Order: sequence, then structure tokens, then C-alpha cells
Amino acid sequence: MKKEYQKAWFFVLPVLLLVAFNALIPMMTVVNYSVQETFGNNLFLWEGLGWFEKILNSERFHAALGRQFLFTGLILAIEVPLGVIIALAMPRKGIWVPVCLVTMALPMLIPWNVVGAMWNIFALPDIGLLGYLMNHVLGIDYNMTQSPFAAWATIIAMDVWHWTSLVVLLAYAGLVSIPDAYYQAARIDGASSWAVFRYIQLPKMKQVLTIAILLRFMDSFNIYTEPFVLTGGGPGNSTTLLSIDLVKIALGQFDLGPAAAMSLIYFAITLFVSWLFYTLMTKDDQN
Amino acid sequence: MKKRSLIPLLYILFLMLPIYWLVAMSFKTTGEILSGFSLFPRTWTFDNYRTIFTDPTWYWGYFNSIAYVSINTVISLTVALPAAYAFSRYRFLGDKQLFFWLLTNRMAPAAVFALPFFQLYSAVGLFDTYLAVALAHTLFNVPLAVWILEGFMSGVPKELDETAYVDGYSFPRFFVKIFLPTIRSGVGVAAFFCFMFSWVELLLAKTLTAVAAKPIAATMTKTASSAGYELGLLAAAGTLTIIPGAIVIWFVRNNIAKGFALGRV
Repeated sequence: MKKEYQKAWFFVLPVLLLVAFNALIPMMTVVNYSVQETFGNNLFLWEGLGWFEKILNSERFHAALGRQFLFTGLILAIEVPLGVIIALAMPRKGIWVPVCLVTMALPMLIPWNVVGAMWNIFALPDIGLLGYLMNHVLGIDYNMTQSPFAAWATIIAMDVWHWTSLVVLLAYAGLVSIPDAYYQAARIDGASSWAVFRYIQLPKMKQVLTIAILLRFMDSFNIYTEPFVLTGGGPGNSTTLLSIDLVKIALGQFDLGPAAAMSLIYFAITLFVSWLFYTLMTKDDQN
Repeated sequence: MKKRSLIPLLYILFLMLPIYWLVAMSFKTTGEILSGFSLFPRTWTFDNYRTIFTDPTWYWGYFNSIAYVSINTVISLTVALPAAYAFSRYRFLGDKQLFFWLLTNRMAPAAVFALPFFQLYSAVGLFDTYLAVALAHTLFNVPLAVWILEGFMSGVPKELDETAYVDGYSFPRFFVKIFLPTIRSGVGVAAFFCFMFSWVELLLAKTLTAVAAKPIAATMTKTASSAGYELGLLAAAGTLTIIPGAIVIWFVRNNIAKGFALGRV
């Protein structure tokens, strides 16, 4: 049991002040904008909850939100199982372990716009490796600047390339923490490899997979730079995810009121889904 | 056993393909890139790299990025260490709520904060300085550092603290001389993550800088649009941004898996 000690507040004070400066002041600015109409020249008019109502009823927002959920759902459905499969197949000891870990972590250390630019170069129809393979070797008509399907396939592939390693590393950390005795006991009992996975490995990975899914949900829901650099939201609006739409409204059209209202709705959705998921996944632990 | 190792192998191959393409591009001449497909550079050229290393707008971009990333890592760790200790050792009023509130900042979309951050940092006169970007990045790095360090610290038995006090150590001396060395792999991992997320983030870094502190990645974006798409140069600049990341991963390679699990395995 932890000791109760109110002076511990002094330890967290620097963090509190720093994060408050960075989070509360901008958040208040956003709240302030969200209830006003602006016409430039620093002229602001009270708008009340009007923007929220308009955003929540706007088709453009619904479409962007739908695309966002589709994107996040797809990448979670691919990255989580794939990451677990790769982690299960990885060597547990020997010189290949650090080699695997380092090469797998590499994509995550590349600046996000470089990731977008890299995939852009990779997917160019006639002079990129992927585009060339698709069009001239496999004979599939592939051009992500024209076909929405190709654009979607490319951003999904890019995200799988970029972030599956996060799931792999987390699942791997869970797997290596299982003592050998568990496997020996399973072997004596004659357990099948499915049973070993279901009753030994999966429970042990549950906590780290919770972290993985949470992080992937939050980050993919907030994704901006990579798809922006890769497709610019196009063709048409087909890959305009929430953040891209938000920046378009805020900085492109300078509609601060609607952009701010949208920000708050957006943030609330992220917060709610993360909280819901976290509560559901950790419910068993508390009992 | 053979069949099993095929899966990671194929995966690594998939990871390396786009990187290979970027590196290969960086050694090609613009003429070769635009004239058609070639798997290897037909005529090797180092012109793209030469441009980057001789043009100050390019190499200063690297210096700027490394400068604000380092400042951010130092600030984040300095404030996160005592906070993580408090969360791992004590109960205090509102501790759980505070911890969750810190995490919510990791969830806020950077796009939401771009404009208010610009106004805030302009108002306090920090616009276009390293410190502005470093401070802005603490928004998501401090919560993460607290989370990781708390995980590692909770793995250290409390008896260690108590024994040290019995032996007559004061708190600061105990923290620096005994506790920090015990969790040094955790500190390394937290530093790695601060480096990583500050290095890869661009939206806020770009919003908060104009000339003096402009990150390398922003220099690239500008080149991509203004100089008629010089793919070779872009590829060379991209290749160079991979190197610092590769170096830091190598330092934490033994703790990386545990680090991603935030010390909670």
C-alpha cells in the first residue's frame, strides 16, 4: 500500500505548471473562439452554442468523421493482429533480437512528413518502386492521385508500415516476460499451441495490448502530417481525415469559430472513446 | 523453426523497401529520376548531399531540429522525474485525476493547438525560438515521460528507499546517488521517447518557427513545393533525417521493448 503524503504535490507542481501553461491557455483560447463569430480586424461577436449546433449537423463534418472512424478501424484491425503474429514468430534470444528490434523500430523514428514524402516517392505511378510494380509488373491500374481506392490503400499501407512495429514491440515485451516454467507446465499437460496462446500468452499480453490499442487509437485519430503530405486529402475529399479538414477550416479559410467548435467536439470524441476503451479493458483487473 | 522466422523476415523486408527507395533516389540525378524507372542509380551522384552540406538553409535546419529536441528532452525529464516518483510512491489528494488529466493531453490533436499555440508563444515573445518548440512539445512529452518513468519506478521495491533513509541519506542525495542509477534504463527509455516524439513532430514545430529555429522537416516541405519538386534533393534530406533516429535506437536497443510497454510488463 502506498503511503499517504500530501506534500507529494510539490513533486508534481513543475509538471502541473508546465502542462497547464501548454494545455489550459490554448484550450481556453479555443473555447473562447468556439462561441464567437469573427470578421477579421479583431471584431468578435457572441455566437453562443451556434457553431456547435452547425458543426454537429453539417454533412461535411459527418463525412470527415466517418472517414476518420473508417481509417482508425481499418488500421487497428490490421495492425493489432499482424503485430501479435509477428511478435509470436520473433526469436526470443540470440543476436537476431536486437537486430530485429532496431530495424523494426526505425520507421517510428522518421519525421512524419518524411514518411509522407517517402511514400509519395515510393508510390509514383511510373517512377516509384511501388507504382512501377503495380502498373507494369502486376498490371494493376494504380494511381493514387486519381483513384480514391488507390489513395486509401496507400495511406493504410503507409500507416501499417509506420506503426505496426509499435504493436510488435509491445506484444514482444509481454511475451518475453512469461517465465519458462509456464511453457514447461503446458508441455507436460500436452497443451496445443493454440491453448498455449489462448491461456498463457494472450492473458500475459493483455495489459500491453491495451496500451498498444489505446496509443494507436489516439494517434491514428489525430493523424495529420502523413496523409496530408501523401495525398493532401485527395483525390477530391476522399482522404480528408478530421485533422486535415480542421486545419483547412482554421488556417485555410480562417473560420476560427467553426474550427474551434469542431476542435472541441473532436477532442471530446477522442477522450470519450479512449476512456471507454480503457475502462472496459481494465475492468477485470480491478475485480 | 525455419518457417516461423520467415514472418519477421518478410516484415522487415516490407519495412526496408520504402526506405531503400528513398536512399536509392537520393543518389540519382534529377534527370534520371524523371526519365523513367531504374531499380539502382545508373549514374551515382553525390550532388544532392553536397547541396545540403554546403547550403546554410539546409544544414541549419538539422541543427535547429537537434537543438529544440535536446532542450525538450532535458526539460521533460527534469520535471517528469520528481512527478513520477510522487505518483509511484505516494497517495495524495487528486493523484488519480491528475494522472488521467496528464494523459488526456497526449490525446489532444496537435491540429487543435496549432493556432492557439502560435498566439500564445507570440504573446510571450518566444515565437521562432528553440525554447518555444521545446516547450510546446512538452505538452505530449511530459505526460509520456511521467507515464514511462512511473512504470519503471513502481518496479523498484520501496524497501530501497527505506533502507537508504535508515542509513542516513537525505532525500536529494538518495534520489541522485541511489535511485537514479537504479532506474537508469528507465531514464534512458524516457529520454528516447522524448527525443522520438519531438523529432518526428512537425505541425507544431512548423507553426512556431519562421526562420531562426526552423526545423529540417519544414525546410523540406518548402523545397518540395517551391523548387519545382527536386525529388533527389528531397530524398537526400529525408535520408539524413533517418540517421539521428537510428543512432538513438541503437543506444536503447536492449530496453526498447520494455520501454514501449511503458515499463509496465
